[in-house]
Amino acid sequence: MDFDLTEEQRLLRDSVDRLLADHYAFDKRRAYLAEPEGWSRAMWSRYAELGLLGLPFDERHGGFGGGGIELMLVMEAFGRALVLEPYLATIVLAGTALRLAGSDAQQAALLPGVADGKLLLAFAHGEAQARYDLSDVLTTARPKADGWVLDGAKSVVAHGDSADRLIVSARTGGERNDEGGITLFLVDAQANGVARRAYALRDGTRAAEISLSGVEIGADAVLGTVGGGFSVIERVVEAGIAAVAAEAVGAMETMQAMTLEYLKTRQQFGKPIGQNQALQHRATEMFVSLEQGRSLAMLAAMMVDEPDAAERARNLAMAKIGVGQAARFVSQNAVQLHGGIGMTEEYAVGHYFRRVMVIEHSLGDTAHHLSRLAQTAG
Amino acid sequence: MDLSLSPDESAFRDEVRGFIRDQLPDEIGERMRSGHSARKADIVAWQRILNKKGWAAYSWPEEWGGPGWSAVQRMIFLEEIQGAPAPEVNPFNITMLGPVLIQFGSPEQKARFLPRAANLDDWWCQGFSEPGAGSDLAALKTAARREGDEYVVNGQKIWTSTAHQADWCFVLVRTDPHAAKRQEGISFVLIDMKTPGITVRPIVSIDGSHHLNEVFFDEVRVPVAMRIGEENKGWDVAKFLLGNERTGIARLGKSKERVKFAKEKAREMRAHGRPLSEDHEFRRRIAQLETELKSLEITQLRVLSAQKAGEGRQDPLTAVLKLKGTELLQATTELAMDVGGPLSMPDWADELEALSNEPELGPVWATEATRSYLFLRAASIYGGTNEIMKNIVSKAVLGL
Ligand SMILES: Cc1cc2nc3c(=O)[nH]c(=O)nc-3n(C[C@H](O)[C@H](O)[C@H](O)COP(=O)(O)OP(=O)(O)OC[C@H]3O[C@@H](n4cnc5c(N)ncnc54)[C@H](O)[C@@H]3O)c2cc1C
Repeated sequence: MDFDLTEEQRLLRDSVDRLLADHYAFDKRRAYLAEPEGWSRAMWSRYAELGLLGLPFDERHGGFGGGGIELMLVMEAFGRALVLEPYLATIVLAGTALRLAGSDAQQAALLPGVADGKLLLAFAHGEAQARYDLSDVLTTARPKADGWVLDGAKSVVAHGDSADRLIVSARTGGERNDEGGITLFLVDAQANGVARRAYALRDGTRAAEISLSGVEIGADAVLGTVGGGFSVIERVVEAGIAAVAAEAVGAMETMQAMTLEYLKTRQQFGKPIGQNQALQHRATEMFVSLEQGRSLAMLAAMMVDEPDAAERARNLAMAKIGVGQAARFVSQNAVQLHGGIGMTEEYAVGHYFRRVMVIEHSLGDTAHHLSRLAQTAG
Repeated sequence: MDLSLSPDESAFRDEVRGFIRDQLPDEIGERMRSGHSARKADIVAWQRILNKKGWAAYSWPEEWGGPGWSAVQRMIFLEEIQGAPAPEVNPFNITMLGPVLIQFGSPEQKARFLPRAANLDDWWCQGFSEPGAGSDLAALKTAARREGDEYVVNGQKIWTSTAHQADWCFVLVRTDPHAAKRQEGISFVLIDMKTPGITVRPIVSIDGSHHLNEVFFDEVRVPVAMRIGEENKGWDVAKFLLGNERTGIARLGKSKERVKFAKEKAREMRAHGRPLSEDHEFRRRIAQLETELKSLEITQLRVLSAQKAGEGRQDPLTAVLKLKGTELLQATTELAMDVGGPLSMPDWADELEALSNEPELGPVWATEATRSYLFLRAASIYGGTNEIMKNIVSKAVLGL
């Protein structure tokens, strides 16, 4: 057993923290948010320079072969600074699909461009009727000579607006909610028949509604096996859970630090509000939640590549549940202990609050994963 | 002990329900049912319809234009309004200012302001909190110096809800900076928002709305006749007002409406291959919330029946109403948001307005449920935070 970071991992964490300390102060972040895409292309290039965009990919494809721990370190740092760029969408979600299901040729064609920051991806799987059910896919792919025709609609696709390529799930067989018969496809976001409408989520990050009508793609656009997409989708979601768990821990760290600072400085009744024992205990409970959440984010990072699928799924469900509950408690109290100022758009705490709220509703919420976990408990 | 409403009370409930059904304009009802918060114009229109019926000032005595209802009738009325859902009457006018005027106002002040407050001819706002005086309200610094028959007001208020829409503001000012106790140098004055020297600056809240403001006073001249009660006795007026404000924050009817709304929408949403409404985990959560709501409902009835029995003193159970009521308001708005799942994340209200000729991006109820959840994080902050409430209870009720 060992929870220590290697020398290289420490260097990675420190260099990301340094980059963000230099370029991601809250007012700079506000300026990135106001850019047309809601994030900064300049920052994206800096991540590429630092090697973050190739982090999980094979060295043959311009990557660094990093694993769950490395991603955890990056995502925690991103959570602390509330990073807006499409790292989760491109590198973690779509990147995992490519890494696990892409042929050598597909990986060689796309990953080097991703790693050097020229190519953006999005994972277009969720549909409006599906809520959190991963197998609820109504989008269809009909075979045609030399390829396929896609029809359907994808909903709340994270950073689907800025992506160059989409990884789209569609039914090539089976009925609604069947795990079999789902296939993943690589689709050019500019292809005929693809229409995107972009909007902001509550935390300011962007997403898109994507409709596909008669989109024609070649046979080489299939990612993985025909009809075998579901197990890849599960792996993608697990990788996403590990990433957002770490991001939420980073966000909690900042909320906790801001709250402690406020308790020490805000004066009411002639003394710092932090001198009230009621608030000291609340801050302690926030600390307990944060550390319990951190333990589960670490668990997720260590389990994300576990070969035993059932074991992996159970542990990642626990991470989503535990981190979700911790983030809910920490964020709600961070706002509460700031009083009125915590309720404002101008003040950072409310932005962290909304980021962890969006994370809660991504990749299955606490109740969803509790139900799944309960099926294997007992 | 008996839980059932009397025949008269049941008839009253039916009357209120029928009135709302028949008189609430369709367009407003539709907006409210889809989960929007009421717009200013909706509140004004609806409050005037209620006022015509004599119901807008639902908590006031008949003498001053209220219906003179019993406490139970008032509860029934609020539940029906919140449950419909219909816009709630402006709380600054009805719950806060009205009772203050009735209790402390001069005959001229009553005659001038009460009818206009009931009919929402004047929209009131509350200028209490300041940057340095939130929980510690008595630390307020906004100063009023006396010049003849005028006060000259200088200072700053913050968190002033709807000040940008308001015609008038009731304000706590410091009239005696040298008083032995801070509470003894404060006066309660009414200020016309059109008076020169007033600047209102918007504060956008985490739900993306403009509800809050900063209000700056620079040499603002206020007739002494606009003072309520005696000079330097404003703290008593403020305490009276805050007591009324707090009882209005629980909004049990609103929490019940949110649960009903969530159950309805859950039939359209899916979980584990079936309607969410059939999901065990979801039903457990509903059952848990309904249990807590039921117990609060009974607690509220206990408070009301004690009032009916004429026990004049402040009932310590009202603190339970405020504390548990706000917790449930937050839990039930969170439930309604969670039903939407991923669809609760988008903030597409702006896009909707910009692209009004395009089809809706997604269900507006989900994005509005989230807005409501976000805004009501403040329910445990405004009107005195829940921590401060607990301090009061532990001292005044529990004797600790
Ligand atoms: C949406 C909204 C609408 C509002 N509308 C109005 C309005 O219309 N008019 C108006 O005048 N005001 C309004 N307010 C202001 C509101 O009354 C204050 O925000 C509230 O009283 C808390 O003050 P504060 O924000 O300065 O927080 P602070 O008093 O600084 O409190 C910060 C934190 O410290 C805690 N705390 C402080 N003292 C103690 C203590 N002794 N023991 C334990 N904990 C303590 C508080 O509970 C809180 O969690 C509104 C606020 C909000 C958020």
